[in-house]
Amino acid sequence: MRVGASFLTFAAGVLTLGAGACGVGADASRELTIAIHYSHFVPDSVTVPAGQPVAITLRNEDPIEHEWIVGPPDVHERHRTGTEPFHDQIATEVTIPALELRTTTVTFERPGEYLYICHLPGHEAYGMVGRLHAVED
Amino acid sequence: MRKLIALLPACIALVGASLFHEPSSASACAGLIGSNGAVNLGRTTTLAAYHDGVEHYVTAFEFQGGGGQFGSLIPLPGVPTNVERGGDWTLQRLEKETPATPVPGGPATGGGAAGGAGGVSVLQEVRIDALDLTVLSGGGPDVAVWAKEHGFRLSPDAPEVLDFYASRSPVFLAAVFDSAAATARGQTFGDGTPVHITMPLDNPWVPLRILGLGKRAEDFIRADVFLLTDEGPEFLPAVGNGLSLTYYGQASDSLLNDLRADAGMGWMPDSAWLTKLVISSPTGKLRYDLAVDASGEGRPSLMSAGLIPLSVSDEAPSQLPNTGGTPRNLSDNGFETAAIAASILVLVALGGWRSTRRRNAR
Repeated sequence: MRVGASFLTFAAGVLTLGAGACGVGADASRELTIAIHYSHFVPDSVTVPAGQPVAITLRNEDPIEHEWIVGPPDVHERHRTGTEPFHDQIATEVTIPALELRTTTVTFERPGEYLYICHLPGHEAYGMVGRLHAVED
Repeated sequence: MRKLIALLPACIALVGASLFHEPSSASACAGLIGSNGAVNLGRTTTLAAYHDGVEHYVTAFEFQGGGGQFGSLIPLPGVPTNVERGGDWTLQRLEKETPATPVPGGPATGGGAAGGAGGVSVLQEVRIDALDLTVLSGGGPDVAVWAKEHGFRLSPDAPEVLDFYASRSPVFLAAVFDSAAATARGQTFGDGTPVHITMPLDNPWVPLRILGLGKRAEDFIRADVFLLTDEGPEFLPAVGNGLSLTYYGQASDSLLNDLRADAGMGWMPDSAWLTKLVISSPTGKLRYDLAVDASGEGRPSLMSAGLIPLSVSDEAPSQLPNTGGTPRNLSDNGFETAAIAASILVLVALGGWRSTRRRNAR
């Protein structure tokens, strides 16, 4: 997996997105797994510490391909209208082939709430949306 | 940037009754049949006829046009002994026979885990006109993988829907139109190719949930399903929630004669019971299939209807999902309900999905 460890492109812009939505430091994890089952993220809400690298394992249990793209609204808007066919270069944008695992390490520099969404056609509308809360450690 | 070809709803359809002008003559249907052998389609329609332990499943695949190949995945209740071109007028003749309004009353009705790895077995491959048909056996994930390898693009609901079917019957029919061949035959958008699938079964069964594959929850499914059985059947789920019974009675001699005269329909008995069910339901509420008991015992299977999982006893359900209809009373043989039937198809666009994405096509 070539996903990098940086998360700089949108970190600054996330500050205003509901910082403190979860209690500060509440169950923030530096390692977590998000499964994909029947085209839904499980869990669909996670909490991570801001300012620290977080290892995220993405486990696709479906026989079809999915994406995990996390970021502020402008990132999702861009992906809704077209982007790369396959994501393996940016830590916050990951393609998970059918029945495979991918691991990415991301640092959410600032506290806030970010959505993670699969932007393959029809998947977001089907419910492939989750919330990531980056909280002060 | 990538684009995806938009899903095209595969269609199995039947001409509306208004298009059929001569009910008792096979030749009268000729006007509905194109010079290329295609049928004109107006509505998703399926016949599930059951006689001597064999289900005859007749439907029509609608050509969607376009420059690529388009196909459907259809779950089957058993392994076919034969897949052949359907008759030219069977579906149209049935529509002509039956009214569009619900009957007040009806028969007493109300009446797992995905297959694992191991791959898909190709059981049959048949070419009918411009339609390539492949009968597959495998679990939901296996079939999905096979479909992807053969150019199908599966919608996000496909993993769950394929498991829903594979848990009860691991047999699927993949149907793919060869667009070039269809064009060469003179087929145009909306022309249908009738297909007749013969399957030995203990009782007939019609997949309905698959009709919603790839559709949004609020999208409406409209389809006609005909049953021809030796006796009046009972079925699950009950009428209601988008399911209505519009015909339930002895089939006329003229209907049976006309059907018997169609290609591949010589098995038609001298007498039969005709049931017509109409589906008009939002996709989000169509989460079941049609289970039929044609044995006279009056016990359509809850599991076959997809109303309970395989791990739950089919004999004594403690609670039935609310399908909006009347719950089945197993001891009640009176008139009370009726339900469904259907056809299927999953639409899938073939080819090139890596290079094209719907959002970029906007």
